[in-house]
Order: sequence, then structure tokens, then C-alpha cells
Amino acid sequence: MKIDREKLHSPFVEQVERVSGEVFANCYQCGNCTGGCPVSFAMDYGPSQIIRLLQLGQEQLVATANSMWLCVGCLQCYSRCPKGVSAASILEALRQMTLRKGEDHEDVGGLPFPFLKDAPQQAIISGFRKFVS
Amino acid sequence: MSRIGVFVCQCGNNIASTVNTKKVADEMAKIPGVVYTGDYKFMCSSPGQEMLKEVVKEHKLDGVIVSACSPHMHEKTFRKACESAGLNPFRCEITNIREQCSWVHHDKTKEVGTIKSIDLTRMTIERLKRNRPLEKINIPIKKKALVIGGGIAGIQAALDIAEGGREVVLVEKEPSIGGNMARLSETFPTMDCSQCILTPKMVEAELHENITIHTWSEIERVDGYIGNFTVQIRKKAKYVNEDLCTGCGECIEKCPFKADSEFEMALNKRKVIYTPFPQSVPNIPVIDASNCPKIQKDKCGACAIVCGPKAIDFKQEDRIITEEIGAIVVATGYELMPNTRFGEYGYGRIKDVISGLQFERLASSSGPTGGEIRRPSDGEIPESVVFIQCVGSRDEKKGVAYCSKICCMYSAKHTMLYRHKVHDGQAYVFYMDIRSGGKRYDEFVRRAIEHDGAMYLRGRVSRVYERGGKTIVQGADTLSGTQVEIEADMVVLATAIVARSGADQLAQRLGIGYDKYSFYNEYHPKLRPVETVTAGIFLAGTCVGPMDIPESVSMGSAAAAKVLSLFSADEMAREPITAFVNEPICNACWDCLNACPYSAIESKGVKDRKGNIVRWIANVNDGVCQGCGVCVAACRSKCIDLKGYTDEQVYAAINAF
Ligand SMILES: Cc1cc2nc3c(=O)[nH]c(=O)nc-3n(C[C@H](O)[C@H](O)[C@H](O)COP(=O)(O)OP(=O)(O)OC[C@H]3O[C@@H](n4cnc5c(N)ncnc54)[C@H](O)[C@@H]3O)c2cc1C
Ligand code: SF4
Ligand code: SF4
Ligand code: SF4
Ligand code: SF4
Repeated sequence: MKIDREKLHSPFVEQVERVSGEVFANCYQCGNCTGGCPVSFAMDYGPSQIIRLLQLGQEQLVATANSMWLCVGCLQCYSRCPKGVSAASILEALRQMTLRKGEDHEDVGGLPFPFLKDAPQQAIISGFRKFVS
Repeated sequence: MSRIGVFVCQCGNNIASTVNTKKVADEMAKIPGVVYTGDYKFMCSSPGQEMLKEVVKEHKLDGVIVSACSPHMHEKTFRKACESAGLNPFRCEITNIREQCSWVHHDKTKEVGTIKSIDLTRMTIERLKRNRPLEKINIPIKKKALVIGGGIAGIQAALDIAEGGREVVLVEKEPSIGGNMARLSETFPTMDCSQCILTPKMVEAELHENITIHTWSEIERVDGYIGNFTVQIRKKAKYVNEDLCTGCGECIEKCPFKADSEFEMALNKRKVIYTPFPQSVPNIPVIDASNCPKIQKDKCGACAIVCGPKAIDFKQEDRIITEEIGAIVVATGYELMPNTRFGEYGYGRIKDVISGLQFERLASSSGPTGGEIRRPSDGEIPESVVFIQCVGSRDEKKGVAYCSKICCMYSAKHTMLYRHKVHDGQAYVFYMDIRSGGKRYDEFVRRAIEHDGAMYLRGRVSRVYERGGKTIVQGADTLSGTQVEIEADMVVLATAIVARSGADQLAQRLGIGYDKYSFYNEYHPKLRPVETVTAGIFLAGTCVGPMDIPESVSMGSAAAAKVLSLFSADEMAREPITAFVNEPICNACWDCLNACPYSAIESKGVKDRKGNIVRWIANVNDGVCQGCGVCVAACRSKCIDLKGYTDEQVYAAINAF
């Protein structure tokens, strides 16, 4: 991977910082967030790795990873972070930035009718909010 | 017949739980020459000591044995008690029945422990019977200190000793004192300017009435022992008469020839007659003879023509001066490992790969670029600088196994200095671990990262090479698990801190120990960190191992305190456990002389009645001898023996077993 000044301070990186309100340089890379995250085992990159890739300006790897979609917003990461960094906010920012480009994570039209009918209302509403623009 | 008393200590339950102390005492009572025995709960307590004193007087004892803990613990206590009861303290011996007996036996029937205690005590009794009373050795102390090395550690030691009212001779091998600290720009973690805090101390040392500074000088020879060293100092020829020179600098101005500046680490030139830097102390130039055409082939002489006070003296020669010294502080500092060892980083091949100290000079307002960060190759301001940590450190294969301790901190400092001077510059740091233990140190590193935007990459750099006019740094970021590549305008190597070349030879001259890296050994790394095994020689600063300025200064002050406490008495008492030579049978083979680790053995001439030397024999210098006994083992003719542990005593002890 090539890194340079432009990548480290790319518009993408700066936008994620602005939307999340977090400063990536603050992260120690201690890994506590990934250690505590209930879903990091299934993520392409755990929360701390996502932050590392953002520190290194690696937009492509961050944007295509499944991490932001798996995050359940439990805030375990934030509550454990010794630097007060919220990986949850960062993943939320990545979700928002993706959805606002109109890139849905879920194709609602493609969902089978019986599923929609049987699923709890709560799951449908929060799922649509999270995955669909 | 002897009148020996045996006191067996129970040490609470420490001894009594596995040793029947009463039985030990009773058994000892049967030995001829023993007139008193008893056991007691705590011999070292005040009542225990009082009891001992009373028994000594009441039974008119001429020898005392305390069977108790290790002599390291309470030998002094019991010898003192005996002394105050009127007994020669060296007629008191300790049998170690705790560390060597009760603690290593778990047998609750106490059988084994008791038998062993009886054996050990019986052996000590036989040794004690053959003990001669010894007198403490009093040696006079010359109250003048020598400090070797005029870096910050040596300067601090000299100032503190001088302030304590004692004379100090400060010997520095360069033309000025100041050491490496004089090279630094600003210092972590407070970022104060190095010169601004150092030069007042240098001047204070120069002006102090108790300090004599010899620069451009080295230690030629050291003889003697604590309180009584005779030191020969080689004052190398400066070709400038120090008494006449006013430091006007006319000569430097007019000298037409130049050479690489040692002080600027070859980033700049200096004249052939020079002072290393403008605030040099003393402000007296020296001529670099090997580059001076006048001295080499009698051409030039410009400096002598312009020198008003006629201080230039091309005929000057090295001089040896002798000083009588009571204590020595060694503060010879450090060097950087030569970067040439690291071909893969392009040092020496790629001009813009420099060392940490060179970066300090670039950042220093008195440096070759006036404090602007400009790279050596073309003087351009670098837009990206890569700092590589642990170069040579923590590298068992090519460098040294230890951590150089300060480079994490100074690399963080460098990124800040760079960012403060080149606002849109990007600094990268390759590191293995960040070691920033110390007051406000980790906060400092975080400031470099969080506030000044340094990009830290966790991994080593595998190579630095040139591609299309660019310097490419190829390394790893193990946090993201990837190989990374950076185009750098300049690369700074945080090379390992190593001992001065020649540090081992100086140690041999002084008779002090050093490790495999030539760093000097402390007497005890925790409890006696500024002393060496050679009494009267102390250590300060980075000659012991890598450390920063606050630690070097603390060590300088600590060494000074040791010197001052030594100098507080006119004489010092030494334990008389020293070797002695049975002169008639010494055949001068010098095995002892070669074996002695403290250089305590010298040759002595035996004179006939007319005063002519008829033969040579070995002689032990009581002031230097540490009583280790190596010479006793080495002597083939068995004519050297150790007071308190003579062969006769030791064999008697063995026979009693
Ligand atoms: C790049 C770099 C940056 C640094 N930045 C900082 C910082 O910001 N803050 C900080 O706290 N520390 C810093 N340090 C560490 C600091 O330089 C040292 O802690 C300090 O200078 C050690 O002082 P010293 O007196 O022990 O040794 P030195 O400064 O090496 O002094 C030893 C002196 O002894 C003389 N000498 C050597 N051998 C002999 C001999 N045989 N006879 C006579 N004289 C002799 C030498 O010429 C020298 O003058 C830095 C180090 C480096 C390499
Ligand atoms: S908020 Fe998201 S990233 Fe943080 S611990 Fe919970 S699931 Fe993991
Ligand atoms: S817990 Fe905080 S500091 Fe540690 S890796 Fe996660 S975000 Fe970074
Ligand atoms: S004699 Fe030597 S030191 Fe003096 S001016 Fe000439 S070159 Fe320089
Ligand atoms: S102080 Fe830091 S850079 Fe220096 S050797 Fe130790 S870990 Fe490496």
C-alpha cells in the first residue's frame, strides 16, 4: 500500500471525521473496541482495524468492508475506549455517507413477502432505517 | 585456651522451626575452649545485643560466635556489640544457620537442621580459635576530585562537588565541554532550547573557583586507590597558548583552510583552527594539526600573524600533568552507532538519509542551516520526512540487543520540530513499540501524533532506495497487516546509543568493570547505581547505558554526593580483610598480580643493608585490596594469604567437619 500526504488527508477521510465528530489520530490502536464488540468476529475488519485503515486513508477498503453494516450500535466499543473514541459513531458516519449516496445495503423489493409479513415490526423499521436510504 | 561464647539465635521461628537451637548450644558447650553457650529468641534485638555484651564481660570472653542469619545481615551489628564490650570486633564470627540451614530444610522433626547447625557452628569455632585480632585500616583522603568527561553529567557532578567546597579537575577530550547536549536543538519533554539551559552551566563551571578544566586532554594513567589516586593527564597540543589567548577569534577568521566539522557531524565545515561552536568553554581555539599546512609542511601561518597576543605556538607539544586525587567520577557519555552498518537504509549512499543528531543540527538555530529544515543534498525544504526508530537497537543480529531508550522520545520531538518549522510537511515514524516511560513523556508522544499530525506506522523498514530521483521507504504497518511504501524527501535514522569507542580501554586503565557493550558496570544496578566495584570511582550519565538528560543530571548529582560524603572525613576506615604476602617465600612469579581484579598487587623491592634492591616480591596495597582471595588461589608457592580467612583457619574449619 502506498501512503502519502494526499491520502492521509483525503476529502473522504476528512468527511468521516466531520460526520462522526471523531479524530482518528486519537486512537491508540489498543484494540479494546474490537475485543469487546459482540459482532467483530463476523466483520471483515473489526472496529479498531477500520479506524487504522482510516488513519492510513484507505477509503476503498473501508467503504467495501461489511463492518459498518454489522455494527449493532451497542456502544460497547465507546464505553471501553481509553481515549473516548467512539467506533460506533465512525461506523454510523460511514453508513450515513453510503446511504446518502443512494447506495442501499438491502434491496427491500427483493425481500420475500412471507418474511416481511412474519418479521417483528421493530425489526422491519430499524432494519429499514439502518440499511436503506 | 580460648574463652569462646556461642550464641544460637532462634530468629523467632525462622530458625527454631527446623533447628533445635537449645541442642545446638548444649553440644557446643562440650567443645574445649567454649566457656559459654546459650540460645535466644532474637539475637539482633536490643535485649539480645545487651545480653551478648553482658556475657562477654561476665565470662571474660575472648571470642564470640553468633549462629544466626547470613553475615550480610548482622555481622556488623554483632561485631559492634562485641567492640563496645571491649572485644576486638574481628574476634566475632557469624555462623549462617538460617539461609544455609533452617530455610533449606523442611524436616519438622528438626533432626537434619540441628545436625547441620551443629556441624557449621563447630567449624566456625575452630576457625575462630585461629583468628588473630585485626585492626581497621585507616587511610588518609586527598580531597580533590577528578571528573572525566565534560558532558552534562560530568558538568553537573563537577559543579555539585565544587559547591560542596572541594576542588575538582574536569578533563574533557574535545576542545570544549558540553558533550552531546550542546548539539541538541530543543529538548523533550518541555521543548526548552538545549544551548540556553546548558551554556549557563558550562560558564558556571568555567568560572567556579574550585573547578579546573582541562580540555583537549585525556587520562594517561591512574595509580593508587580510594582517597589516594595519582592521575596523569595528557594535555594534547592545542598549538595555542591558553594563558595568552584572549578568545578574540581573529585567527579563526583569517585561517584559509577548512575541514569537516566534528561538532556539526560533517553537515558543515570548520576552519583548521577552530572552536567547536560559538559558546565553547573555554573559548580557546585549537589547531587541527593533521589539516594545518603550517604544521605539516611549514606553509601558511596566517593565524600567528593576526594573533594580537601572540598566542599561536606551532612548536607546542603534548604535556603530561600529574594530579593527586581522592575520588573519580567517570562521565564519558555515548556515541551513535555508525549508520554505515545499515546499508539497506542507504546511509552514506543516499545523501538525504541522516542520523538523529544530524537532524538536531538541522533544527538548531545555531546549526548549518540556521535552524531551517533543509535537506543535505540540495538544500530544499523536505515535504515529507520519514523517521525510522530502533535502527541498530533491539537488533541482535546486526546491532545491539538493548533498547536505546531515548530515541522514541527524540523521534517524537523531531516530528514536532519539523512540523513547527514546515507547517504543511508530513512526518512518518516507523516504530516497533513506543517507549515513553517518564514524567509527561507519553503525553508528549501523543501530542506529536494527535496535535502535530505525525503518522506513526508500526513496523520496521526493510529498505530505503532511490527510484527515479525519489527516495523510497519500504516497510510494514503491522496494525493493518500491510506492506507500505512512502516517497520521502528525507530520512532520519534513530540509531542506537553506544558506548564511546575506547570506553573499554579507559575502564581497564581505571580498573572498573564494563559489559559486553562497553557500558560501565554499576557496583549494584539497583542499590549502588553510581558506584563501581573499585572504591572511590563513581559513574554518571550515559557511559553507564542509554539515558536522557534528567537522568544524566541526577546521576551526576548523586555521584557528587558520594564524593562529598567520602571527603567529609580526613581518614577513612577500611575492613582489614585483605591479603598479605609471606615475603621470604615469594618467588615473584606475578601470578597474583595478573589475577587480581582490583590491581591491588604491586611489586616491591627488597633492599639489603646498603639500600640496594636485591630482589622483587609481591606486595598487597591494603587501600585497594577488596579481600576477594583470588590471589590466594593463584599463588603457586602458597605465600599469599587472606587475613581472617588464612589457610590455617580454613583447614581447621574443614577438619572440624
Ligand atoms: C538525537 C538525540 C536527541 C536527544 N534529545 C534529547 C532530549 O530532547 N532530551 C533529553 O533529555 N535527552 C536527549 N538526548 C539524550 C542526551 O543527549 C543525553 O542524555 C546526554 O547528552 C548525556 O550526557 P552525558 O554527559 O552522559 O554524555 P555526553 O553528552 O556524551 O558527554 C560526555 C563527554 O565526555 C567526553 N569524553 C568522552 N570520553 C572521554 C575521555 N576518554 N576522556 C575525556 N573526556 C571524554 C566527551 O567528549 C563528552 O564531552 C538526545 C540524544 C540524541 C542522540
Ligand atoms: S457499537 Fe458497533 S462497533 Fe461498537 S461494539 Fe457495538 S457493534 Fe461493535
Ligand atoms: S478502544 Fe479506542 S483507542 Fe483502542 S483501538 Fe478502539 S478506538 Fe482505538
Ligand atoms: S597555520 Fe594552520 S591554523 Fe593557522 S591559519 Fe594557517 S591553516 Fe589555519
Ligand atoms: S527507545 Fe524506542 S526507538 Fe529507541 S530503541 Fe527503544 S524502542 Fe527503539
